Amino acid sequence: MSDFSVIGKSVPMVDAAAKTTGSGKYTDDLSLPGMLYGKILHSPHPHAMIKNIDSSRAESLEGVVAVVVGRDAPLAYGILPVGHDEHALAVDKVRYVGDNVACVAAFDEATAEKALELIDVEYELLPSYFDPEQAMKAERDTIHENKPHNIEKEYHHVFGDPAKGFRECEVVREARFLANEVTHAAIEPHSTLAAFDLDPQSGRLGRLTVWSSTQVPYYLQHKLSLVLEMPMSQIRVIKPLVGGGFGGKSEVIPLEIVAAVAARKAKRPVKITYTREEVFWAHRGRPRTIIDLKTGAKNDGRIVAVQARVVQDGGAYCSYGVVTILYSGALLGALYDIPNIQYDGYRVLTNKPACGAMRGHGTVNVRFAFESQLDEIAADLNLDPAEIRRRNLLQPPSITVNGLRVQSYGLPECIDQVVTRSGWTRRKGRLPRGRGLGLACSHYVSGAANSIIRSDMPHSTVNIKIDRDGGVVVYTGASEIGQGSDTMTAQIAAEVLGCPLSRIKIIAADTDLTPIDIGSYSSRVTFMAGNATLRAAQQVKALIAEAVAKKMGCSREELIFREDSVYRAGCRPDLSASASPNRPRATVAGRVEGQILRGSLQQKRQERETTPESMSLEEAVVTAIDYHGALTGTGAYAPPPDARGGTHKGAGVGPSPAYSYSAQVAEVSVDEDSGEVTTHKVWAAHDCGRALNPVAVEGQVIGSVWMGMGQALSEEMIWKDGLLMNPGLLEYRSPSSVESPQVEAILVESIDPEGPFGAKECSEGALAATIPAIANAIYDAVGIRLHESPFTPERVLAALRAKKELKPLNLTAGIDPTAPSRFREHGGALCYKGKGPKRHELDRMKAR
Amino acid sequence: MKKQLIELRINGRSYELASEGNEVLLDTLRRELELTGSKRGCDDSSCGACTVLLDGTPMLSCTMLTVSCEGQEITTVEGVSAEGAMAAIQKAYGDWGGAQCGFCTPGFLMTVKHLLANNPDPSEEEVRQALSSNLCRCTGYSQMYQAIRAAIRAEQNQERAR
Repeated sequence: MSDFSVIGKSVPMVDAAAKTTGSGKYTDDLSLPGMLYGKILHSPHPHAMIKNIDSSRAESLEGVVAVVVGRDAPLAYGILPVGHDEHALAVDKVRYVGDNVACVAAFDEATAEKALELIDVEYELLPSYFDPEQAMKAERDTIHENKPHNIEKEYHHVFGDPAKGFRECEVVREARFLANEVTHAAIEPHSTLAAFDLDPQSGRLGRLTVWSSTQVPYYLQHKLSLVLEMPMSQIRVIKPLVGGGFGGKSEVIPLEIVAAVAARKAKRPVKITYTREEVFWAHRGRPRTIIDLKTGAKNDGRIVAVQARVVQDGGAYCSYGVVTILYSGALLGALYDIPNIQYDGYRVLTNKPACGAMRGHGTVNVRFAFESQLDEIAADLNLDPAEIRRRNLLQPPSITVNGLRVQSYGLPECIDQVVTRSGWTRRKGRLPRGRGLGLACSHYVSGAANSIIRSDMPHSTVNIKIDRDGGVVVYTGASEIGQGSDTMTAQIAAEVLGCPLSRIKIIAADTDLTPIDIGSYSSRVTFMAGNATLRAAQQVKALIAEAVAKKMGCSREELIFREDSVYRAGCRPDLSASASPNRPRATVAGRVEGQILRGSLQQKRQERETTPESMSLEEAVVTAIDYHGALTGTGAYAPPPDARGGTHKGAGVGPSPAYSYSAQVAEVSVDEDSGEVTTHKVWAAHDCGRALNPVAVEGQVIGSVWMGMGQALSEEMIWKDGLLMNPGLLEYRSPSSVESPQVEAILVESIDPEGPFGAKECSEGALAATIPAIANAIYDAVGIRLHESPFTPERVLAALRAKKELKPLNLTAGIDPTAPSRFREHGGALCYKGKGPKRHELDRMKAR
Repeated sequence: MKKQLIELRINGRSYELASEGNEVLLDTLRRELELTGSKRGCDDSSCGACTVLLDGTPMLSCTMLTVSCEGQEITTVEGVSAEGAMAAIQKAYGDWGGAQCGFCTPGFLMTVKHLLANNPDPSEEEVRQALSSNLCRCTGYSQMYQAIRAAIRAEQNQERAR
């Protein structure tokens, strides 16, 4: 069965030439005649009422065409049906520094920027909340009126009998972990171009076309329709090339709505592209998270019970928050066999940019805590970290205690692989002082089994058209964002139809042309859009086979589609040029003389009424068109009902048709004088089901590990009174090539029973293991157990000095990353000396 | 601001254009000349996505004044591929996963082009050092090293074939 012709082989991305030559177009590369540039005015206050906006001075500036404010589009929206709490532009209130207040559309950017300064906004300050645990105590002036105590959502889940479980445990560990905030920082800043057509019937503005850097064109179409009060069918969303998403473009970002509202008011096309600083404010990244974790095990290392209380600092709007807080609890399951779980999750609103979905959505910070604590338990029991994980494996196929269905499960092999490749048994604990190895595991969904709008409708639909030119055109709503979605689609179609990739053309992510696909997030594309592509290709293949079988006088089952030909089993044609020089086979030019226009009549004459045993795919296509009249296929995918999870409140998040598994070993060294941690190498074994395109899968795994390393060691959003102190790529400390380790990606193929050709997730799952693997390696290297990420030099130094009972340095005073209690302003870094925004009187009194 | 007439040489071609004194080269390339291959990833010379070669030296076009580039040979990513074929480094970036989302790729290619022009067979350490002027959020850089190795091999084979 592993005899494939296209899949399983490393191929360049179908859009590689467009990307490497610079000819490919991203949204900001597009322009339209008469296009205006939009610039957004942002709030300088973390929490304030808008008393008045006077834009008259801006409007009268030469070159300004329109100024839009909240009342131009006052309807609320939000990515989740339960979280419609955002407006294109603030209507009555701003909720974070950077919130959107007004937008100017002008002939050029400089004029628009100048006009922003001429908009007079009168604010009335309100008390503001930055610490989630403080925000939860608020009795008045909450961030949203309908959210008492600033709690967006809380869940309390009990599976099994955790109280009884803990009583039976022989070793229990309990600690608080803090994970600071990180963001996607995709290299392409968000950009949107919106243009209205004139309607020939009414002569007024008619249909809207939006080009946008989005991972979810259909959700954008839906939210635009909501806010602009236009039918979805009147809105076309086109996704050009997208320069990275990582979740940051997986929901509707304010500029996408604002550009459309501005285009409607200005009656001209409007393009808005965020500056890098605005990208940081748009955010939607991984929230600061407090994890109070308790794990209990038997003496043999078997985990009996887990209790987690998770508080997420969600920022000012709901965004994907409800899903994030549910993932944090749900994915405590499905990695190991844990019989008793108690989970208390709180998604809290604060006056900071909204957090949302980011690579490894909801699972990453909890996994950091869990895998760190598991190592502590292993040490208590004098067990090898690899061994304790092996003793807690699931026995699939199984349903976890919280209702997650696990089928393919490559975790045992992942652990074996990294243990062997890293020389774990030989080297762990035996490296020179300052150098260490750490191991950790993680997993992730291959798409959510329940979409954010719960329904039985397909999550992905794919259409295939084959015409008499022999070209195979695949129409898919799946969104290529750099992960290789288009290439995966082409590979699956080519494999089924037995043709080369050059015959496949992908039309993707254009709501007018392509059938629905709910987007690129939760690692769902290969599994779901891949399955839909598989089904569409199989449908069209069946049509071809029916016609060809009739012509060949054989059964359909006898036919083989391979090497751009269709032939009866055992009659593989000799495809070398010398064997059949006159055979009308498609050449490089893809043209068969005479065939296209004359169809099978001509063929019949050529063949002198003989029954062929093989024919080229082009001949087969013509035969099929002759027979059926038209040749199209459609495939759809909806997750099977038994994979959709339990019935408890919040059970919709976590279930997936398949889970990926990852095990990693990190090798680090710690400079005990500077506190600097260097990751030398990471061995990352990832169970991706089947690697459809190994080079791309390795790229996704390496990229995930790398991003995890960034969160582990350097990346951090640093706040002062709600003002982001480091809104630049260098200040945010995205690792450069010299700070990046060698990553050895090891692909484990567990062949999932439901994945397309057995494939499942590969783009997110590996990230979560990297952070605890590094934390565990730091412990191995220098014996400090860090409970707060990232492990920056000052945190490492503080822990090292505390361990040696040395006097804290100026830089490290008051920080204890081995036992953190709360989030600290400036991330605890005393070297930041920024001034925050103006505050409400009550806040100033509190500060004193 | 008053515009002044300048002449730029870009990818072997001469352009005459009127430019405001405060206009940066990246805007001129992208907006006036529709050479959109060079990207804007930040506004403060952090990311390197806008890297172009000025007389062979990598420079950040987001912080170069257009008027200051007169008289110098500017090479952008559009000038890397010649006569309808991908250059070896472009092909290798595609084959080895050096480009995922591709937004940082043009900038990286200019940096690599400069590296290989001055050091045709760099060590991995030298490659790492050279690439540290550009940021990528997708690849973790690893597959870029493989791509660069492959491009060097392809170039060497081509040399031998000549």
